[in-house]
Amino acid sequence: MTFSKTNIGRRGLIKGGVALGAGLAAPTFFNNRSFAAAHSGYLNAPTGKSVTLGFNVPQSGPYADEGADELRAYKLAVEHLNGTGSDNGMMETFSSKALKGNGILGKKVEYVTGDTQTKSDAARASAKSMIEKDGAVMITGGSSSGVAVAVQALCQETGIIFMAGLTHSNDTTGKDRKANGFRHFFNSYMSGAALAPVLANAYGKDRKAYHLTADYNWGYTTEEAVTQATEGMGWETVNAVKTPLTQTDFSSYIAPVLQSGADVLVLNHYGGNMVNSLTNAVQFGLRDKEVNGKNFEIVVPLYSRLMAKGAGANVKGIFGSTNWHWSLSDEGSKAFVQSFGKKYGFPPSQAAHTCYVQTMLYADACERAGTFNPCGVVEALEGFEFDGLGNGKTLYRAEDHQCFKDVLVVKGKENPESDFDLLEVVEVTPVDQVMYSPDHPQMGGEEATLGSCNVGA
Amino acid sequence: MDAILLQILNGLDKGSAYALIALGLTLIFGTLGVVNFAHGALFMIGAFCAVVLSRLLSFSHTIIDETRTDFLGNPLKVEVPYLHEWLGEGLGQTVIEWSVPLAILFSIPIMFAVGYAMERGLIRHFYKRPHADQILVTFGLAIVLQEIVKYFFGANPIQTPAPPAFAGSFDFGALVGLDPNTIIYPYWRLIYFSFAVLIIGAVFAFLRFTTFGMVVRAGMADRETVGLLGIDIDKRFTLMFALAACVAGLAGVMYAPINAPNYHMGMDFLVLSFVVVVVGGMGSLAGAVLAGFLLGILESIASLSWVIDYLPGINQIVIYLVAIIILLTRPRGLMGRKGVMED
Repeated sequence: MTFSKTNIGRRGLIKGGVALGAGLAAPTFFNNRSFAAAHSGYLNAPTGKSVTLGFNVPQSGPYADEGADELRAYKLAVEHLNGTGSDNGMMETFSSKALKGNGILGKKVEYVTGDTQTKSDAARASAKSMIEKDGAVMITGGSSSGVAVAVQALCQETGIIFMAGLTHSNDTTGKDRKANGFRHFFNSYMSGAALAPVLANAYGKDRKAYHLTADYNWGYTTEEAVTQATEGMGWETVNAVKTPLTQTDFSSYIAPVLQSGADVLVLNHYGGNMVNSLTNAVQFGLRDKEVNGKNFEIVVPLYSRLMAKGAGANVKGIFGSTNWHWSLSDEGSKAFVQSFGKKYGFPPSQAAHTCYVQTMLYADACERAGTFNPCGVVEALEGFEFDGLGNGKTLYRAEDHQCFKDVLVVKGKENPESDFDLLEVVEVTPVDQVMYSPDHPQMGGEEATLGSCNVGA
Repeated sequence: MDAILLQILNGLDKGSAYALIALGLTLIFGTLGVVNFAHGALFMIGAFCAVVLSRLLSFSHTIIDETRTDFLGNPLKVEVPYLHEWLGEGLGQTVIEWSVPLAILFSIPIMFAVGYAMERGLIRHFYKRPHADQILVTFGLAIVLQEIVKYFFGANPIQTPAPPAFAGSFDFGALVGLDPNTIIYPYWRLIYFSFAVLIIGAVFAFLRFTTFGMVVRAGMADRETVGLLGIDIDKRFTLMFALAACVAGLAGVMYAPINAPNYHMGMDFLVLSFVVVVVGGMGSLAGAVLAGFLLGILESIASLSWVIDYLPGINQIVIYLVAIIILLTRPRGLMGRKGVMED
């Protein structure tokens, strides 16, 4: 009895031990299974110790300088994510604390780069190659809305997350919005809504505006946004002329402006177009003229510091809007400028800023979702509210994957102290003023939908 | 009417650039029989001569201003141009501001050397090859030159302003008795037009009134006979190539204040300049100049907003449309000679 009892006891002990062992092991076992489940069943699920991101920026062509700055920011972001940088940049100030400086979900971040050449077909080809050949799990970048819309559509089709870089057209998160695509940068509507009150305040409500508009996607949405916003303030739009994107000399478009009786010229141009058209307008002495008893004024809806540098002294006193500027004094901006400035010797551009932030937001979303699965990332980013990344409180709106935050109205500085000190922030327009409904007519109306997230595999 | 007059004026400066580039193209084609697709790159290099000189003149050394800080909070480094120290701030600054006119002198030897090196180093090996080979090699060269410039100067345009004395515009309308502000024209564009007329006049005078020019013209008409007369025509043609490079370079230098130079500006002008040459008539110098101004003016008129309203997109195709019409009605172009490119 005793033996048998002991015997049973021993068996029981062994059974119990096995059961206990299995029980103890269970969480790890189940975790491993759920981890494996979370890391398969979607395209390019990272299996090794690293994860590959695809940075698709213009490395040649007219926006190459902007692309170079974007790439600098991406490299800095990768250093910060992997914890190999000299500091942690905006990871310190970011309101979400999910990132640990050990890569993303414990996997070391690696990257491949592609050259968009600022051409939609080249950008799609390089994104495709990074997805298919290099196994990139996310594509980010772009310095043109045409490119962003094209690459975003490709990522949607293939089942990869697209974190847009510099793209300002309404369409990116308007009529062409996609479930797999996200934009941190602001857009044409926001520029118009932020600029109009400042312009009305500075130049009065009785103004006649003449628009010159770059003949492509971004130009149209910017013209529409600024026209509607300024007309809402009482301005009249005298004429709006489309100019070819390849135009370099704008004199034949600028010369007739004064004859039209307009007293404001709005240049819906970006990059080299803007540098040339603004230079031509200043050459023609438009800003020294008086029309309808008022000083003639010029407005540039979308400014960038790199462009302002190209336009030189011509930008002095000219209003525009920008997504971010290095002179901002919030903790996030200061940390980013310090980190970037120490590494590269000059302050970052707004293009660099938005690309850095997008990378951080993606990595953070993966951490919070516990997966690289695009649908998990989408869920983590939708409706995500954050702070500490340089633009104050920001919302990633679920309905259109557009970030909503304050917008900066800037002016060309009269007495710049350095090559970088070209713009001054004249107003920080609160987010409520630039908010719109997801089915706003400028955003594609009710027909515009995200569709559903695509995991590819 | 005012609007048309305004656009004619406007077309003159762009026409000047077309005419100067096309003149060089025709000169090279007429003498060497080479279709030089790198000619636009020479225009671009000329513009960058102005950029380089302006950078050389504003060459600076750094002093540290402890009272101010830079964007990282370190003491501000201030760049002080050596010219300010050597010539005094006033005179030094004036010299820097006059860098574009000064670059005319600076660019002549450079462009001459570039043209000479290009002809001797590369293009002369292609004289006996088909036109397609010449086009490919010169086009390749243009891309190489363009990428080199981009490597050193970046992709963004670089402002190279005219001296402040020529900044701004004058009221042409008021001068001819129209309402003020109807026709305004920047001073520098007027200078550009006058400069182009001067250069074109000089090239024509050189070809017409010098012995060298006479030999070159004879060589253009009948290369073999001139050679048989014991004249080293090849050497003269090399010099003509260098001269054509200078003309394109000068066109570029003076164009720098009109449109900030960027690495791509040569390509922007190249295609149009070829159309200009074809419309003017292959091998005809006068035709190239005439067609240059004509197409410049037509392009300006086609970009009037009421013209675009009637014919959307006309501003982008007008030059090619005219080229098609002229080639259909006058296959040799406006002033083309018989026998050129027809063998």
